[in-house]
Amino acid sequence: MERKVYLDNAATTYIATEVLNEMMPCFSVFYGNPNSIHSFGREAQGLVDRARDRIARAINSNSNEVYFTSGGTESDNWAIKGIAHAYSSKGKHIITSSIEHSAVLGACKALEREGYEITYLPVDKFGLVDLAELIHAIRKDTILISIMAVNNEVGTIQNIKAIGKIAKEYDVIFHTDAVQALSSLRLDVKDMEIDLMSISSHKVYGPKGVGALYIRNGIKIENLIDGGHQERNKRGGTLNVPAIVGFGKAVEMTVRDFALYNKKIKKLRDYFVREVKEKIPYIIINGHPHQKVNNIINISFELIEGEAILMLLDFEGIAVSTGSACTSGALEPSYVLRAMGVDDEVAQGSIRFSLGRSTSKDDIDYTIKKLAEAVGKLRKISPQTKSSVKGE
Amino acid sequence: MYNNKVLEIFKNPKNVGTLKGANGIGKVGNAACGDIMKIYLKINEDGIIEDASFKTFGCVAAITTTSVATELIKGKTIEEALKVKNSQIIEILGGLPTQKIHCSILAEEAIKAAIEDYYKKQKKLEKTNKNSQV
Repeated sequence: MERKVYLDNAATTYIATEVLNEMMPCFSVFYGNPNSIHSFGREAQGLVDRARDRIARAINSNSNEVYFTSGGTESDNWAIKGIAHAYSSKGKHIITSSIEHSAVLGACKALEREGYEITYLPVDKFGLVDLAELIHAIRKDTILISIMAVNNEVGTIQNIKAIGKIAKEYDVIFHTDAVQALSSLRLDVKDMEIDLMSISSHKVYGPKGVGALYIRNGIKIENLIDGGHQERNKRGGTLNVPAIVGFGKAVEMTVRDFALYNKKIKKLRDYFVREVKEKIPYIIINGHPHQKVNNIINISFELIEGEAILMLLDFEGIAVSTGSACTSGALEPSYVLRAMGVDDEVAQGSIRFSLGRSTSKDDIDYTIKKLAEAVGKLRKISPQTKSSVKGE
Repeated sequence: MYNNKVLEIFKNPKNVGTLKGANGIGKVGNAACGDIMKIYLKINEDGIIEDASFKTFGCVAAITTTSVATELIKGKTIEEALKVKNSQIIEILGGLPTQKIHCSILAEEAIKAAIEDYYKKQKKLEKTNKNSQV
């Protein structure tokens, strides 16, 4: 049988068996609408409540501060547009970073068309937002700071607690897109002084199509999706009970097994990086040297282009990505790497390997072997040589 | 995104590498856009392309279209090679994703650049020949 290695866990994960087991009865046994008053409805409502409690516990919030959505993109859109519209009388200025996920950047662009002003903070070569620059960017009319917790392409972890402190000190609402952080970072909304936080289920071995937005009690927000009385009148639409139940279980498991998997994945990551450095010349590891999550490795292979590498690996059954799945098909080199000051040609040759719970040492060995072959083959085809590259 | 024909050619591209005795070399594209194509031609005295090869920095489509381009012009006259259109390359590949069409255009340009280089070199050669005769 053809060998398969999945190293795209930052794009999505499989559903854990324990999660699936909890979801299954929700399809055919506990199929009631949680908003119905009868016993079928109450039963479903009980399952949704339990999922909400589990998520609240995991992020140290109250249960009534967790609102279910269709996923990370909706949560980001709701947080940014909802706050912008609710606080427009105070001001129309929002601060974000230049390396946010396209959901955040897309929502900001939409607000710009409505007359809002957005400051896109630059990042340093490691992908970190400079806190002094953040403070400098805050104005009287600034209503929101939205900075991601973990970058999805390079894995750099922002100084979220410090940003939360700054936002509070200057009385600005703080939203963080923690979609990529949930699997490998302990998130505590109280300790980190977070006002709104987006999370998603399918990055933590839960089903796709469900996520949540944490909204601190006391924060005003305009609805993104109007409709019935679901989610305390804030988000219309019949609740997707099986997905919500799966999400709750997935988050609970993530926190429960946090140390176990993070240790395992870190060991594999370190091994992977060591091996690549040893076996393949002319590579650049992108991102922060240590302030980064364990599951994401972003490497630029000089003199060649990323998509070609991806496809040669795909022929061998290995799944990786160039940048993020959301930007694939784009012709421009990754805007994240560009913002970090990575040279265009080097950025073109970047590949993201994202490890997961089921990744084994064998997977890594197989990948390194095939990767070295692919890179060698493409470098033979490439007209670029080390001496033709600028600065060499 | 890519059809099987494209992937097949990408797996085993033809005419990869530099060409010994090449008398026309064309280079188009830039790294920022993600593609650099270099085509090498060996054109004989009768104006027939005896051999062609390529080197490409770029995506699947970039490598594939340059491979097809070199196949298309091998054995052809310069005039015939100049008539090669990107649509021909796309047809041979059975289609390309919309955002990759530009690769086929670049491959067409690479052929033209290589032929242009050949003409330039010939002119220089004629000049030096004339000069040496005087």
